[in-house]
Amino acid sequence: MGRLVATATPDTDIGTTRRAEPSAMVRWATRNWLTILAIVAVIIGTYFAYQWDSRQTTAVAAGTIRQATPLILAGMCGLVGERSGIINIGIEGQMLLAAFCGFMVTSYSVDALTSGPALAAGIIAAMAVAAVAGLFLAWTAIRLKMDQIIAGTVINIFAIGATSFFFVQGRTMPKVPNWTVSSLEEIPLIGRLFFDHGPLTYAAFAVVALFHVTMFHTRWGLRTRAIGEHPGAADTVGVKVLRLRYVNLAIGGALAGLAGFSLLQSAGVFNRGMTNGKGFIALAVMIFGRWRPMGVLAAALIFGFFNAMQSQLQFKQAFDIPPQFFGMIPFVLTIAVLAIAGVRARPPAAVGQPFESE
Amino acid sequence: MEKRASLSSVVLPLIAVVLGLVLGALLILISGDNPITAYRGLLSGSLGGSDAIGRTLEKATPLVMGGLAVAFAFKAGLFNIGGQGQLLLGAAFAGWAGYALDLPAIIHIPFAMLLGGLAASVLGAVAGLLKATRGTHEVISTIMLNFVAANFTEWLVSRDGPWKDPEGGSLARTPEILSSAELPRWGPLPTGFLVAVAAAVFIWWLVKKSTLGFEIRTVGANPNAATYAGISVTRITVIAMGLSAMLAGIGGAIQTQGVNGRFEPGFNTGLGFDGITIALLARTNPIAVIPSAMLIGALDAGSTQMQSLTDVEPEIISVIQAMILFFVAAPSAVRWLLRQRDLGDEPEMQLATGWGG
Repeated sequence: MGRLVATATPDTDIGTTRRAEPSAMVRWATRNWLTILAIVAVIIGTYFAYQWDSRQTTAVAAGTIRQATPLILAGMCGLVGERSGIINIGIEGQMLLAAFCGFMVTSYSVDALTSGPALAAGIIAAMAVAAVAGLFLAWTAIRLKMDQIIAGTVINIFAIGATSFFFVQGRTMPKVPNWTVSSLEEIPLIGRLFFDHGPLTYAAFAVVALFHVTMFHTRWGLRTRAIGEHPGAADTVGVKVLRLRYVNLAIGGALAGLAGFSLLQSAGVFNRGMTNGKGFIALAVMIFGRWRPMGVLAAALIFGFFNAMQSQLQFKQAFDIPPQFFGMIPFVLTIAVLAIAGVRARPPAAVGQPFESE
Repeated sequence: MEKRASLSSVVLPLIAVVLGLVLGALLILISGDNPITAYRGLLSGSLGGSDAIGRTLEKATPLVMGGLAVAFAFKAGLFNIGGQGQLLLGAAFAGWAGYALDLPAIIHIPFAMLLGGLAASVLGAVAGLLKATRGTHEVISTIMLNFVAANFTEWLVSRDGPWKDPEGGSLARTPEILSSAELPRWGPLPTGFLVAVAAAVFIWWLVKKSTLGFEIRTVGANPNAATYAGISVTRITVIAMGLSAMLAGIGGAIQTQGVNGRFEPGFNTGLGFDGITIALLARTNPIAVIPSAMLIGALDAGSTQMQSLTDVEPEIISVIQAMILFFVAAPSAVRWLLRQRDLGDEPEMQLATGWGG
């Protein structure tokens, strides 16, 4: 398909010297025609939906972004790990630990500090604890050559136990404020959609942009992809495979920490088991997004959209369907998406295998 | 060589348990309680007297089944962490068969149990089929199915649900099962535990001695070789996941028929994870699953007594379990901690072969 469009550009030049190279923008557009089509369709669809029912469309659109936030961040955690060759099944546990520590640190420091610095301290604590869990996973995979799925499961079980064990009922934390861009947030739909969110939502989008650039255009990205595809070759040319895996798992952990704190951003309080499977859904998001940052973003938005629709429909009681069936939607959707997308998915080649330098 | 390997398969899990308990004691100390008092409570609550032992066996029963489910799937190279959902489904369907049908006990008891197992096996078979035909990794699909099963069983007994107890008021539960579906109790010994032991022996026989077991082990060891030998990997994957789920489902059925007397949603959360710890503690040997499950069951059973003595939250048990799982899955960590090199060379479990494979 892409090639067809490319040859459709001016044919008249043929016969002179050589065919003119299409400009960079045209080449980009022909390669990403499906994406462009999807974006255009979404914009048109949203426009008509807004004409039809502006209040609900705004609610669903803003809900999509809000629900997608933890999935984007957690999906990026999985992506960084797998691109480096390590399966991270423990994202769920990392998020839970992060949400817990973030909540506790914010809650206890708010008396000494004001709410702003307390929240910042909470975010740092969340990132730190999840990064430590990421380092633990890397250590078990690299040093102990433990099975990575079992290691991730250890993190998950530990997180459930430890966060329940140390949890203190009845504590509160200050609300994470929305960062609004004055005057811009007044724009109908677009204001609520882009300029009225908590800081972690903006962070999620920034993270995607950052990793999109660094993964494919920097030395770090090239090396990361190399140690995930063929660590032996990377080692031969002098890449410190194991050290980079440690670094990347810590980075991924910090992202999972942000994901965990983003749950506090929307819930306002820590609850036992509040991750509710999001760490696993994030893995599906990563696979559906084909191990690419932009893919993760798109997949997370799709999941976010269905979640937002679900809560909106349930709230409105639009259909006479028991709430439990609405509750199943994200999980059934995850399985369906994996069943459809999974066959063509190609993970990084060396994922899950221990590596030893010769 | 032989002898040393068999020694380490006993010694290593023991060391793992001791290390788990030691780290747990540290955590109890940090949270400001006395670990010795706490562990004394744990011990008396789980082994002190026939009541306590009965409680331990009762707790151990679904754990044997959950551990068997994980261990059995391991043999086919599959990781079933959907034990929780499968157990709920089994418990719910056994509950329905228990109150809705009027049969003589000799048929009623096994029928309700089997119905629960079959309902759960559907859930497992779906995960197996998706794995074999669509490459959907069973770790994700079984976890997702946990949430689906939890929602579904909750609906069954909710306000508008078909199996709701009409006399239960606002309580979400099925009516009480008929006495003909109840598993009897002999002193401190629950019948359900005997069923679980029989299941463990059966699975041991199935894996070690039967043709199906050979096929399952072959697929687990090398799917390509299995295909080459004419074994259908799809068939074996579906059967293995289905049977694995069935074991967990029967565990749920026993819980309904032998302990709770009806189905109530949301009991025994975390069983799927317990099953992983138990299966690895048993080094996936079906017979060894029994003592492993009894150990974890004893921790569970004693935790209430521990809490009443020292205010230590029973959740410490899952922290201890995570540590035990870690040490048992990473023999090299134990060697490294104890500066011990001669624990024998255990083949380390390898599951992580990437997605969509």
